[in-house]
Amino acid sequence: MEPLNRDVLLNVLNLNTSFFTDAYTIQAVDGINFQIKRGEIFGLVGESGCGKTITALSIMRLVPSPGKIVNGDIIFEGKNLVQLSNKEMEKIRGNRIGMVFQEPMSSLNPVFRVGEQVDETLAIHTNLTKKEVKDKTIQLLKQVGFDEPGKKYIQYPHQLSGGQRQRILIAIAISCNPSLVIADEPTTALDVATESQILYLLKELVFRYDMSMLFITHNLNIMKRFVKRIGIMYAGRMLEQNHVEDFFEEPLHPYSRGLLDSIFRLKGNEKRLKAIPGFVPRLSELPEGCKFHPRCTFAMPKCKKEEPPIIEVKDERWVRCYLYQN
Amino acid sequence: MGKVLSVSELKKIYEVRKTAFSLKREIIKAVDNVSFELEKGKTLGVVGESGSGKSTLARCVLLLEVPDNGTVTFLGNNLGNMGRNELKGLRKDMQIIFQDPYSSLNPRRKVYETIAEPILFHNIVPKKDVKDKVMEIFKSVGLDEDFVNKYPHEMSGGQRQRVAIGRALATDPILVIADEPVSSLDVSIQAQIVNLFIDIRESADISMLFVSHDLNVVRFISDEIMVMYKGKVLEMGQKEEVFYRPLHPYTKMLIDSIKGEFTRREGDEVQTFEGGCHYYPRCDSREMRCIKETPKLMGNKEHMVACFM
Repeated sequence: MEPLNRDVLLNVLNLNTSFFTDAYTIQAVDGINFQIKRGEIFGLVGESGCGKTITALSIMRLVPSPGKIVNGDIIFEGKNLVQLSNKEMEKIRGNRIGMVFQEPMSSLNPVFRVGEQVDETLAIHTNLTKKEVKDKTIQLLKQVGFDEPGKKYIQYPHQLSGGQRQRILIAIAISCNPSLVIADEPTTALDVATESQILYLLKELVFRYDMSMLFITHNLNIMKRFVKRIGIMYAGRMLEQNHVEDFFEEPLHPYSRGLLDSIFRLKGNEKRLKAIPGFVPRLSELPEGCKFHPRCTFAMPKCKKEEPPIIEVKDERWVRCYLYQN
Repeated sequence: MGKVLSVSELKKIYEVRKTAFSLKREIIKAVDNVSFELEKGKTLGVVGESGSGKSTLARCVLLLEVPDNGTVTFLGNNLGNMGRNELKGLRKDMQIIFQDPYSSLNPRRKVYETIAEPILFHNIVPKKDVKDKVMEIFKSVGLDEDFVNKYPHEMSGGQRQRVAIGRALATDPILVIADEPVSSLDVSIQAQIVNLFIDIRESADISMLFVSHDLNVVRFISDEIMVMYKGKVLEMGQKEEVFYRPLHPYTKMLIDSIKGEFTRREGDEVQTFEGGCHYYPRCDSREMRCIKETPKLMGNKEHMVACFM
């Protein structure tokens, strides 16, 4: 294990989460390593099915059956989450780690008032009296940008718009002053304008309360303006880890270059986009060797046989690709 | 260049109950007085957020949804005055591609049959040549020949969308309406499909109405852009004009947000009121008269805007 670093809040080491069915075993997440420092926003990017959500669920220990964490350590505030009992985990989930999901419609209970749903988390994790809980909820609703928190408290989820529901979820996530918030595609279901308001709010809260955040999205444009460091996932592997500025200037992995070429950038007047050929492989039919080699323009014979190791290019920038092996 | 499509004062109104049990009905103007023209070989991009009426507009143009008011003229024919059978004949020249290629393809049919069906129905080529025509289409949308005998569930999202595009192109249409055709696809696949659209447009001289919420995609593919909000057109004009010299506060906000500027404005609660500008509640350069009067779309053909500024 690496030496204990006081600045590191979350350290994910060699995480492997697999799903077991009668027919086959799917390694949804395979050998993922990353660290999140205190006060830092770390971004996970990847296309659908690449394992970003499963990584988040693994950290929360919420991997749905038949999935299991097979291997690896998740060190959070000095504790190894993989080894904790369910009871111990319950004290961390929602308390030390908050989570915001993609679908604000389905993450709230339609038959309870939204205020009560914020109360619930507080009642479980704190020793506040009922009155204090309600006061705290109202205060939280104000923090997430509601002008009339008392009025919002008594409303039901269906009375709120998508953006407002997402604000409620954020209030729940930050209610117990967690040190880490996991946001899994928090703005994907929202309109552009609402999206940018929610991102503004998240960034402000992280800054104000000195929280760390694991931010998951498939949208690179958001990453650019939101996170500090970034991890690129593909077919359950992390192919590259980089500082955001460096990533957009000089991406390391061929897949990252392809991704950057295929987003619609504001500048330039190209007539066509440089698209990555081929399609994302199914996790049950992964190729041998480097998982990206069938679509890679730089593929060498070696890539087909053996998976490339993690190669550190510069400080905190590393890549899984033979192109960088001397 | 000739006009392929001309839409004038199109309106579509839905009446919905406010709650499940109430007798009061609310009127929603999904498309409110929309007019535009589309020339041969040109692409008009329609942008707007969810609920802006852009999909309803696409459906109204094809009469999949019967508009309450206004006319749709396609190749000189007023579609509203035509009988069912006459319309059927014209359908071959106007095709639509939907957002979700999984639900728009018949799951029990091999993709060969899906593409062959419109060719047979409209007698595009003699019966003996149908197979060649299907193969030609497969090639033009970038699918291997061994895909012909597959079912939709055996294909990935991008491949399915290629089939849906192939099916639309099978009848050699003059107008293609694409309703969010890349929104459900992954980033790397999105780029492939957008490239395919660009190729098709260039090779076949097809006019296109391209509906999307993603201004970046629309900018890439369109010649002209139309910005919709709550059923109304707020701004319309040549791509460069709208994108580099936006006039309406809403368009400016959309462009800012894809450039990466966060907005703090609260825009969730939007109440519509009769007689005023629909964007008033969210606008940061509003004036008193915006409450009372609705700005009309003004300007020249290059660039029109509905704002008092």
